[in-house]
Amino acid sequence: MTDLSRIRNFSIVAHIDHGKSTLADRLIQLTGTVAERDMKEQMLDAMDIERERGITIKANTVRIEYPARDGHTYILNLIDTPGHVDFAYEVSRSMRAVEGSLLVVDASQGVEAQTLANVYQAIDADHEIVPVLNKVDLPAAEPERVREQIEDVIGIDASDAVLISAKTGVGIPDVLEAIVTRLPAPRGNRDAPLKAMLVDSYYDSYLGVVVLIRVIDGVIRKGDRIRMMRTGGLYPIDRLGVFTPKMKDIPELGPGEMGFLTASIKQVRDTRVGDTITHERKGATEPLPGFKPSQPVVFCGLFPVDSAQFEDLRDAIEKLALNDASFSFEMETSAALGFGFRCGFLGLLHLEVIRDRLEREYDIDLITTAPSVIYHVYLRDGTMTELHNPADMPDMTHVDHIEEPRIKATILVPDDYLGDVLKLCQDRRGIQLDLTYAGSRAMVVYDLPLNEVVFDFYDRLKSVTKGYASFDYQMIGYREDYLVKMQVLVNEEPVDALSMMVHRDRAEMRGRAMCEKLKELIPRHMFKIPIQAAIGGRVIARETLSALRKDVTAKCYGGDATRKRKLLDKQKAGKKKMRQFGKVEIPQSAFISALKMDS
Amino acid sequence: MADWHNAGFGLYLHWPFCQAKCPYCDFNSHVSAEIDQGRWQRAFLAELERAGRETGGRTLNSVFFGGGTPSLMAPDLVRSIIDQIRKTWPVANDLEITLEANPTSVEAGKFRSFREAGVTRISMGIQAMNDDDLKRLGRLHTVEEAVNAFDIARNAFDRVSFDLIYARQHQTLEAWKTELSEALSLALDHLSLYQLTIEDGTAFGDRYRLGRLPGLPGDDLGADMYELTQELCERAGFPAYEISNHAADMAQSRHNLIYWRGGDYLGIGPGAHGRLSLGSRRFATETHRMPQAWLEQVEQTGSGETARTELSQADQAHEYLMMSLRLAEGSNLVRYEALNGAGIDPDRLDRLAEDGFIEIRGTQLAATKRGRPVLNAILRELLVS
Repeated sequence: MTDLSRIRNFSIVAHIDHGKSTLADRLIQLTGTVAERDMKEQMLDAMDIERERGITIKANTVRIEYPARDGHTYILNLIDTPGHVDFAYEVSRSMRAVEGSLLVVDASQGVEAQTLANVYQAIDADHEIVPVLNKVDLPAAEPERVREQIEDVIGIDASDAVLISAKTGVGIPDVLEAIVTRLPAPRGNRDAPLKAMLVDSYYDSYLGVVVLIRVIDGVIRKGDRIRMMRTGGLYPIDRLGVFTPKMKDIPELGPGEMGFLTASIKQVRDTRVGDTITHERKGATEPLPGFKPSQPVVFCGLFPVDSAQFEDLRDAIEKLALNDASFSFEMETSAALGFGFRCGFLGLLHLEVIRDRLEREYDIDLITTAPSVIYHVYLRDGTMTELHNPADMPDMTHVDHIEEPRIKATILVPDDYLGDVLKLCQDRRGIQLDLTYAGSRAMVVYDLPLNEVVFDFYDRLKSVTKGYASFDYQMIGYREDYLVKMQVLVNEEPVDALSMMVHRDRAEMRGRAMCEKLKELIPRHMFKIPIQAAIGGRVIARETLSALRKDVTAKCYGGDATRKRKLLDKQKAGKKKMRQFGKVEIPQSAFISALKMDS
Repeated sequence: MADWHNAGFGLYLHWPFCQAKCPYCDFNSHVSAEIDQGRWQRAFLAELERAGRETGGRTLNSVFFGGGTPSLMAPDLVRSIIDQIRKTWPVANDLEITLEANPTSVEAGKFRSFREAGVTRISMGIQAMNDDDLKRLGRLHTVEEAVNAFDIARNAFDRVSFDLIYARQHQTLEAWKTELSEALSLALDHLSLYQLTIEDGTAFGDRYRLGRLPGLPGDDLGADMYELTQELCERAGFPAYEISNHAADMAQSRHNLIYWRGGDYLGIGPGAHGRLSLGSRRFATETHRMPQAWLEQVEQTGSGETARTELSQADQAHEYLMMSLRLAEGSNLVRYEALNGAGIDPDRLDRLAEDGFIEIRGTQLAATKRGRPVLNAILRELLVS
């Protein structure tokens, strides 16, 4: 049990590559929390994918003991939060679990869009914020300019910003001291009924579900019987402890403290981020505010390339879902792609992470269909249905109107590229909300349809700005627009996996692009094949794949018979990778290419 | 009666050496400074003797000296092989003995000796009718030399065929028309006209992969060239009897017909393949590809064979169909069904016939003019289910 005044809880807010993980490593190292020999780069990012992509998906905590210059030893709890908009809700809960933030900005790069979104979360959570300018050792560092930018763009005082180089270790002691002197101590009542916030949880194959908690009021002890106030689950605590960053058991956690518990919880699904943990008896009556069940916003179909792997895929998805309550799935069948799953994700990054993990950890080759969003389809009878899959679109004669999700997108971009960014947003049916300058960088805010963003917006933005733009968004609600379902027909047969919802004004363009692409991807047949895009019964784009005119072996004598026969045998095997649409065979690879998000 | 009797019995003998390796060629050919023709003679004769022990009573319809460049063989070597063959098998009255030749002046000088050794037919690799392209194809002769060699050959032999390669780099339809017309005015009784195929493991294959083989005609131009070829040859009295082979009446290569009609053939020499029916079973035979390895094995074990693989009934049926459909006369459906145990799905036949790719006359199935250029696709339809 630690005196509240000797505890500081904080998070680090930073854009990718601005040095969050390196700074965390240095703080851990300098305080001797980890023995030198156990130190590895980016202690806190546990998953391969996190380490490789430099992103954080799951929150992590680490407890650091710091002997301050005032002679007292402080407990510093660092929470490493997910840094991506897909996990905005999880970030908001993590932020509520601490009292202050270090705002880390690369002194050679300046503020980026993602920094903004996260710093606003910190401000929303009433954090004290200590600006930290990293990489001041670089020749391109401009601490003065960045200091001004922080003040202009974010609107916080940066005059006392700490100048550091996380790489070389310069300034790290000042950061520790600033945490103690400038961030507030937590508050809480030791004698009140237990209220602990469930910050995050993950599955460990030895321990079962490990729950990260922040105690607000009361004291939690090993062996206590606890209740999850939102889900109602009751559990006896098996282990209680803190991360140093290794797990270290301790007998109790009091107000202001952060740590973990295990309690024979089998699925991560049973633990909801933002839930309140209290005692089974004499518990709190009111849960902590702000809980929100997570809702998928982006959907796509995942199909095994090899249909024999469907059961493997099912197992893998079920296992992943145990550890990720925000990911939803249901079985789907497609004439083109066979059996698979329609899956819901918090956003595109979440989608990519899940897909990567399925392919990598479970060794399943996947076909991912074009991502789509949830449309609200209002029928003439006054009812509304949520459309997750264009294949389920009701007959247009029954439809009154369709609403689609919109986002508020914030883009920071060097002004050289501003024109291209504005054009891109305009092309994607965006409505400009704001345009301001901070130095030579512009910040544009657009109201955009989410379906235009999930298509290939990131890639286009990256390419038109040569990678210099940063982008973030938040959902702002639903609005009606002229949306239609575009179908693709190959040799007059509809190909369900390729149908998509599009805005009527963009349908021709998208249809043309799809037809052109398919023309390149489908091998010639012995007859010519029309490839069409259509809305309802009306064809809006058409390409014709001309008939195969030449496919014959020039030389075939006695020595070639074996080779030629084996080639036919191989083609028999290859046939499994073809999908039949009427008379037309479409190789599975064509679907994969046609559905690529960057198409 | 075993199935091979429908097509006869031939002997293929492979001479694996060339003066230079052509960049398009994926045949088993090697360049070697010193070739001990005596040693090769002993090995070939030993192999013929061995093969004779298994097939001694059969009537031989054809012999083919292929390569490599068999015109580089000493005429005495060719003579001793032919003598040995005549001693080993009874031969058909119209026994055809073909030898592949390069049209250089040196080799043309040996044509008469080859005829005296017993060769009855020459197949000459002219390949192109312009010197630039000959150079690009890695050939060691000029057009003039080739035309002279052809003259010498047609004086020495009643039957002379030659090969051309078309759909070459930067070749236009018009240029091919001119070239082929010129070739046809030269032709005696037979031509083989091959579209250039880029094969893996050749110099062209490597260059193609690296994007350094520009100007190859696309499928459409290739198809136009094929159609033009059929038209010009037919008009000149050399209709196609096979995908790439054209002949005057009765002048088809009997040897190659054995392959396409599903006959038996012995494969003698490095890398030679054979098909051998013994009793009710049929085997695919193989030999060492490397000349030195083949020689040593023959010397040490008395046999150059490295593999003898039994073909299932279905394999035999598929081989028969895919080889015989190359012929204008087509395949015999009764033979196919007897081999396979079941006929071809009639729906598929109907569909292909309706679209004009195949035709059925009695028990004979043949690819049409329209079908032949897409024969691989037809075979996929018929055999890959």
